[in-house]
Amino acid sequence: MDWVPAISRWIHFLAGVMWIGLLYYFNFVNAQAAKAAAADGTGAGIGKHVMPRALLYFRWAAVVTWLAGAALLGSNFGAAFMLQKSHMAIGVGAWLGTIMLFNVWVLIWPNQKKVLGIVPATDEEKNKARRIGFLTSRTNTALSIPLLYFMAAGGHAQQFFGG
Amino acid sequence: MNNPLDSLWGTIILGLILTLILHIAVKAGLGG
Repeated sequence: MDWVPAISRWIHFLAGVMWIGLLYYFNFVNAQAAKAAAADGTGAGIGKHVMPRALLYFRWAAVVTWLAGAALLGSNFGAAFMLQKSHMAIGVGAWLGTIMLFNVWVLIWPNQKKVLGIVPATDEEKNKARRIGFLTSRTNTALSIPLLYFMAAGGHAQQFFGG
Repeated sequence: MNNPLDSLWGTIILGLILTLILHIAVKAGLGG
């Protein structure tokens, strides 16, 4: 057994499911639920109890997914990110995942901290932060579609691109 | 013009279009 790539692949899947699972929870469930809860005055618990926990697992699962992916690429890391023919499909996936990780830590999390009151912000700043966080989260949802396609295609270039 | 990211369907369609574009690009890059 080739331990490092095998364990890296397993961790990459585990953390990736948590990351993208929570991303889909935010976009497919929570956005609409929070809107409905705000309308009938029951939304406080979501912001206070659900979102901080969900965001904790979300942002760290993103880091673990990326690190496990980098470990899995190993000596092919450069070939993948330079989109060399031998690793082009997984390279596109790696780039998409990297952009999404950037979005999580640079755009989603700092803005969600303002929305949730973890850092002080005026109402105007909160509204702006909510919009940026929302659009970035939706961008990552859109990017996850080609991301998963190229993850799947990574080891199966002939199946996806051949003939 | 509405932002497609404001709707879930818009987001999904955007993702599918991006997938198609990248698929064509990679296929061309691989010489297919």
